Amino acid sequence: MTNDVTHTADKTPAETPETTTGRRIYRPLTDIVETADGVTLTLEMPGVAAEDVDITLEKRVLTIRGKVHAMQPEKLQLAYAEYGEGDFERAFTMSDDFDPDKIGAQVSNGVLTLTLPRAADAQPKKITVTAS
Amino acid sequence: MLYPTYTRRSDPFALMRSMLRDFDRASPGHVTQPVFPAVNVWQGDEAVAITAELPGVDPADIDISVKENVLTLSGERKAPEVPEGARWHRNERGFGRFARSVRLPFVAAEDKVEARMTNGVLRIVIGRLEEDKPRKIEIKAA
Repeated sequence: MTNDVTHTADKTPAETPETTTGRRIYRPLTDIVETADGVTLTLEMPGVAAEDVDITLEKRVLTIRGKVHAMQPEKLQLAYAEYGEGDFERAFTMSDDFDPDKIGAQVSNGVLTLTLPRAADAQPKKITVTAS
Repeated sequence: MLYPTYTRRSDPFALMRSMLRDFDRASPGHVTQPVFPAVNVWQGDEAVAITAELPGVDPADIDISVKENVLTLSGERKAPEVPEGARWHRNERGFGRFARSVRLPFVAAEDKVEARMTNGVLRIVIGRLEEDKPRKIEIKAA
């Protein structure tokens, strides 16, 4: 975490079957941090509004999908493109000690933050050893 | 590497320059890094729009300035605060300061620049100066 010039990691297409419309599906860049209470995922999904995010957790597989509404300024033609537009999709296999009802999701400025708290019974319990 | 000595025999420094170029190419600092942010440029008769993906950048941290026909976009993407004792599993996102200039095909009308940010996508629409617009010249019948 330095103050270097920010780099653009190229948008990489997701490893999913191709779409019928020929639209690309991209893999959102993700930061994952684990703390004692759980795991936080931060996914970059520019152009995705909060209501267009779809998150499912099924059999330990956490799938995140984001729909992008194509941005076409009125009366203008695309003259030069450095990035492509397309939906986002990525899946992670999680360890199974998360409480699916307590997963929190929040979108701000095109970044989705997912907080997965550990299930209460999975929290490590410290066992104190008493001297006899 | 092979350095052909027969080319440009009149220029004694040609060989040296060509070697230096090869060193430049081989040094790791010279790798062309993708610039941030990636921009798309949309063109029309009376305006140009520039869109850029800036996920995680607060609109308050972006500076946009237009001088004649150069648009400069700069700002900072702040690194998130991570609680102490946290363990990183993946770190794919980048953070830090960025600056990027885009040359426009015409001189911008300073009062016709509009920027909007939605869901981490910045869109700047730049209008053309009224006196700069191409004028249709009518042909008079003789």
